[in-house]
Amino acid sequence: MEKGKLLDLYYQMVLIRRLEESGAELYQAGKISGFMHLYIGQEAVSTGLIAARQPQDRVITAYRDHGVALNCGIPANQVMAELMGKVTGVSQGRGGSMHMADVTKNFWGGHAIVGAHLPLAAGLALGDKYAGRDGVTICMFGEGATNIGYFHEALNLSKVWELPVLWVCENNIYGMGTTVGRASAVSEIQQKAEGYGMAHERVDGMDVLAVYEAALKAIKMVRSGSGPRMLEIMTYRFRGHSMGDPERYRKQEEVKKWEELDPIGVFHAYLIGNKKATVKVLEEIEARAKAEVQNAIEFAEASPEPGLDTLFDNIYVEEV
Amino acid sequence: MARITMREAISQAMWEEMERDPNVFIIGEEVGVWGGSYAVTKGFYDHFGGERVRDTPIAEAAIIGAAIGSAMTGLRPIAELMTINFAFSSMDHIVNEAAKLHYMFGGQFVLPLVIRAVGGGGRQLGATHSQTPDAVFAHFPGLTVVSPGTPADAKGLLKAAIRSNDPVLFIENATLYQVRGEVPEGDYIVPLGKSTIQRPGKDVTIVTYSKGLEISMKAAEELSKDGIEAEIVDLRSLRPLDMGPVIESFKKTNRAVVVEEGWRSFGVGAEISSRIYEQAFDYVDAPVVRVAQKEVPLPYNRTLEQSALPQPADVVAAVREVL
Repeated sequence: MEKGKLLDLYYQMVLIRRLEESGAELYQAGKISGFMHLYIGQEAVSTGLIAARQPQDRVITAYRDHGVALNCGIPANQVMAELMGKVTGVSQGRGGSMHMADVTKNFWGGHAIVGAHLPLAAGLALGDKYAGRDGVTICMFGEGATNIGYFHEALNLSKVWELPVLWVCENNIYGMGTTVGRASAVSEIQQKAEGYGMAHERVDGMDVLAVYEAALKAIKMVRSGSGPRMLEIMTYRFRGHSMGDPERYRKQEEVKKWEELDPIGVFHAYLIGNKKATVKVLEEIEARAKAEVQNAIEFAEASPEPGLDTLFDNIYVEEV
Repeated sequence: MARITMREAISQAMWEEMERDPNVFIIGEEVGVWGGSYAVTKGFYDHFGGERVRDTPIAEAAIIGAAIGSAMTGLRPIAELMTINFAFSSMDHIVNEAAKLHYMFGGQFVLPLVIRAVGGGGRQLGATHSQTPDAVFAHFPGLTVVSPGTPADAKGLLKAAIRSNDPVLFIENATLYQVRGEVPEGDYIVPLGKSTIQRPGKDVTIVTYSKGLEISMKAAEELSKDGIEAEIVDLRSLRPLDMGPVIESFKKTNRAVVVEEGWRSFGVGAEISSRIYEQAFDYVDAPVVRVAQKEVPLPYNRTLEQSALPQPADVVAAVREVL
């Protein structure tokens, strides 16, 4: 990968981290409400994955979607404004943290019912196949979603119809507070792809380049018409499931152990160690990300609330 | 104008729309090779091919979910649920996705989707296959819910539904498939969300739709023998609900009976009678009476089942009560 692109990946991961750290503070300050799920610790997954897509490839994910939104190219301003429920938010303040999307960026949401977006992903891919387009639908979901029926219905349908979907399981080990071993008959989620005759691979999700390389290969295979396949990307969230998580289900030592594998730290060491960047360059990138987040906060705070006269907008396309 | 069955009218509407627009396609269980479990899509597979008449696994969440996803890309799927009772297996996708995606993302997603579902009792299928849960779906803003009572409306409403850019739940009643009526040929459109007078009268207003229309028509004939002329308003759409013709009729007759096949509690009749009181209280000469299904899971035994379903005699009795 060329140097500029490597630095872009670093910038994206730092941007996500800084935006969410600020988001957590704003949540505590009462400026963000509702359910908010942080992606901190998992940044390498969507950053590597989405860097490997072509513009015609669709991305759809679950409710832990801020990082995915940023990686799909949604400006930090619009993400932060949506978190604050402002009309300038990417979903005009109607969706909140869990429901961000931007069709112009080929990002199809942000879906908050566990597993329910997997059948939608099959439909998105069907749309491309039906129209003869060569787009790949990249569908992200947590390992917890693989225990619900939607997962199985969607994977089965995608294989029966050979739909161009890349199924991406972000295995962060916990479905809320329940470990994968307590919730799933098999802890190695990629085994579930076997039941649907699908190729699969397990990837280190704390290494953005490993994710990128695996995604590049997998997307290429799906685009070539070889049918759907699955990546299981091993990762870990450093923060709680959502903002209201007492974290009684895990020990701080465990979190600390994983924090040593911090994907930003790992990538920082790689860039320095392989002489792809100097500490100074990376510091500049970090400062730039911080400034963008600060700017986004100011933008969001200055943005207007949606007008009460717009309450009923967009329930239907056509007024009847 | 040809006199055809409701089954033929529905089939004709889909056939014409598929000929007109290559983005219209059918997705569902046994819609293709089998020809439709109720033979509504007979001949479609041979004519339009498997890409446009897509047989699915028995997996309702996948059917509705994939239909939604494909609609988001600009296709115009007609998803068939073999019976509306199976809609509960895809309830999440109908009410949490289809009904909300346009609104929740600030109008970005457009879902030109039709879900056809067959409902109704009276065929001795037992409690799980005989329900009329129309009111449940009509509860959700974001859905359009229509249910025709005549072959002409079936064709016109279905064509309107297919051309609509919003998700439409199109509820058919299996015992009406053989009902015949005059149906205009070619491009015949009945606008969504418009009630209509199916029988003019002056003495009492009967508000109904779908199977209730057939029951009410029979009751009206009986009443006519005694010189009572019932005016029948067919809602055709439950959401959006067009109260215009209902209120207009009620202001003339001052008495109303609401007839539905579903259960009474929290049902269509509850909604209609409330709105009559809200919108025409000064015109009320008698309490509105509801005719509905008895509050029981429908039994298999024919006598028991029929006793639980609303009959023309129940409507006649209700009219006499309000007069």
